[in-house]
Amino acid sequence: MYLEMALLLYLIVAAVTVFLRQRLLDAVIIYASYSVVLSAVWLLLLAPDLAITEAAVATGISGVLFFVVLKRIQAMDAEHSLDEEV
Amino acid sequence: MNLFSLSAWRHRLLRYYPLVALSLTVGITALLLVTLAALPPLGEVGNPSHNLVSLKYIEDGLGDTGALNIVAGMILDYRAFDTFGEACVLFTATCAIIILLRSDTPDAYDTMLHQMEEPHTNIILQSVSFLLVGIMLVFGCYVIANGHLSPGGGFSGGSILGAALILYVNSYGIRRASHFINFTIYRRLVSFSLLFYAAFKGYSFFMGANHLPSGIPLGKPGDLLSAGLILPLNIAVGCVVAGTVYAIYVLFSQGEMR
Repeated sequence: MYLEMALLLYLIVAAVTVFLRQRLLDAVIIYASYSVVLSAVWLLLLAPDLAITEAAVATGISGVLFFVVLKRIQAMDAEHSLDEEV
Repeated sequence: MNLFSLSAWRHRLLRYYPLVALSLTVGITALLLVTLAALPPLGEVGNPSHNLVSLKYIEDGLGDTGALNIVAGMILDYRAFDTFGEACVLFTATCAIIILLRSDTPDAYDTMLHQMEEPHTNIILQSVSFLLVGIMLVFGCYVIANGHLSPGGGFSGGSILGAALILYVNSYGIRRASHFINFTIYRRLVSFSLLFYAAFKGYSFFMGANHLPSGIPLGKPGDLLSAGLILPLNIAVGCVVAGTVYAIYVLFSQGEMR
């Protein structure tokens, strides 16, 4: 019960943090962690099918696709995005 | 003069931008919370979600479909036509991406071969994926093959396979990956899987029945070779999902699929 509450609280915090972060790379990494925690929540809610799919699709594949996009728009370079931020 | 007044007008509007955004956020949140308050409480006996359908699935699922995993029995036997539609959606999405991104003229193809960027050889990535890719592929096959016995199935196992292929491409390059998966193999695999699915479950559109006996003996529940058509259909869906995931990644990252 308390574990579920803590995980759900993390989900809210992560969801808010994703769009407050300026650097896109940070936002994508937080989004991936959001999906990992969400798959743990599915497991606690006795939905292991969903947990496997969530871990594979949301964390693995859409995270990788976001990284591809960031590489394409040259947002992966740390110094570059820091310059833009300032 | 006109332009100046326009920009001044925009500046005046921009001052109210945070206010408008805040009020919109608060308004939509309040609307959603009000809607949420009108929903029936979670887990009540009298809720509309507690009806005969779920009872029927829970009580008769094992006997009708022979699958220990009731979810697999639902999506691949009772509601097999829905899953066929989902697989077709994946196929259509990939077709659209191929039409948009892939160039068929031989000249563009040849230049693309030379321009195609190979990943820099990264010893950490290569060592990790040397250990991981095989395990991921075996685990994906396990999840697909045990879809009717344990949690998992075609969609989750197929996306694990696709993720393994993406990791391989990232660490060893598209050239080495194209030895075992390229455009021709992808095309044949996905088309054959979809046709197989359509041949065995497409008729249910015309039958409209709830439980569709396939004539294949269900076998002993718990065996690997049981549950009738669910295992081959899981393999077909897994092939479609793995191919789709891999093709979308390769087309978007390389701009071309050989």
